[in-house]
Amino acid sequence: MINKLVENFAAALEGLQDGATLLCGGFGAVGEPHALIEAVIELGARDLTIVCNNAGSGLVGVAALLKAGRARKLICSYPRSSDPQVIDELYAAHKIEIELVPQGTMSERMRAAGAGLGGFFTRVGAETKLAEGKESREIDGQRYVFERPLPGDFALIKAHHADRWGNLVYRKSARNFNPVMAMAGKITVAQVSEIVELGALDPEVIATPGIFVDRVVVA
Amino acid sequence: MTKPLTRRQMAWRAAEDIAEGHYVNLGIGLPTLVSDYVPASREVVFHSENGILGMGGAPKPGEEDPDLINAGKGLTTLRPGGAFFHHNDAFLMIRGGHLDLSIMGAYEVSERGDLANWATNSEKLAPGVGGAMDLAAGAKEVRVLMEHNSKDGAPRIRKACSLPLTGARCVTRVYTNLAVLDITRDGVVVREMIEGLDLVALQKLTEPKLVLANDWKRLTAPEL
Repeated sequence: MINKLVENFAAALEGLQDGATLLCGGFGAVGEPHALIEAVIELGARDLTIVCNNAGSGLVGVAALLKAGRARKLICSYPRSSDPQVIDELYAAHKIEIELVPQGTMSERMRAAGAGLGGFFTRVGAETKLAEGKESREIDGQRYVFERPLPGDFALIKAHHADRWGNLVYRKSARNFNPVMAMAGKITVAQVSEIVELGALDPEVIATPGIFVDRVVVA
Repeated sequence: MTKPLTRRQMAWRAAEDIAEGHYVNLGIGLPTLVSDYVPASREVVFHSENGILGMGGAPKPGEEDPDLINAGKGLTTLRPGGAFFHHNDAFLMIRGGHLDLSIMGAYEVSERGDLANWATNSEKLAPGVGGAMDLAAGAKEVRVLMEHNSKDGAPRIRKACSLPLTGARCVTRVYTNLAVLDITRDGVVVREMIEGLDLVALQKLTEPKLVLANDWKRLTAPEL
């Protein structure tokens, strides 16, 4: 019997090592797996590379992880979201490296990783500072920039409902980066609000099929 | 007497040009106000980068849903016919040329339509780009809504941007508190100016050479 449900956060994060790259879902606080990120802090992994659209809000979730000094590097599109006190402090003190990526490029780089592609050419960022040092090419008269895939050792995501196969549905705009991160994580862990019986999720509305999900934990 | 448009009047003017059936992305800050001035009788589909089409206005008290936010992370609503999707689809729509219009704020726009709206020269605060470069590169049309001059009076419409670019040659129209200007191959064309302003006065507030459209009009807006 396939059963991806795990009993606790230690089991959900088993195998997470220092130096790992963590894909953390969410747009601002919406869709961010706070409980899983708090568990990363408790378990003590450090020297992490965090991939997340924002650098967290207030003192919870990704912001708490950064404040605890566990991240070496942040890959994001917009670090200063609502209440950016933690990233402002770290940035001013030169205590974190930030790789700034246009939002759609960040998402597509993760899709490339999940889709087995070696990268892609995009017009986004061409002729700007963010394209400096990147390979570029003219295609049909337009300038394109080469972007590499962005895989994660772990993807920590949040969903609404799951079944024991790891099929997921989301709520409204809390879907955001979670499905693409599920594809790009070597180990994908979903924090969900409720587990339902296998077969209870409408197959027409499953947004992340269980093949992309390794572990599910309720929080 | 010269009376610049208020921020709400600027948003109203930009909304006047949005056509029925258009798929439109509004940037955070001032452009967010534009949706307030599209009459309900005109069907326009607003796109939000975090996976929403058919976004409505702010929720009424008691109807707030913490899982339903806009690009500025404020609470929003979904109109009947609206849809949710994930980030890749949201940005595929932007990059793939499916959006009719993007309206963004800006620090500077150049005479050839270069846009600078993501980075200042601050060393203290981390810059953020968000979806601005995607919109600049991908929307069918990019229009800018900004004050004509910075707080210290410097022109924000410039021969060349002094700040890092978001995109090159992408802006087609600029709405300011003083004028409506088109970025064209023949230069920056003044379509509308507020009462009390003439081309000489507007030119003093603008770096590149302005061209007055033959059919230029007075820029007026209702009290809002």
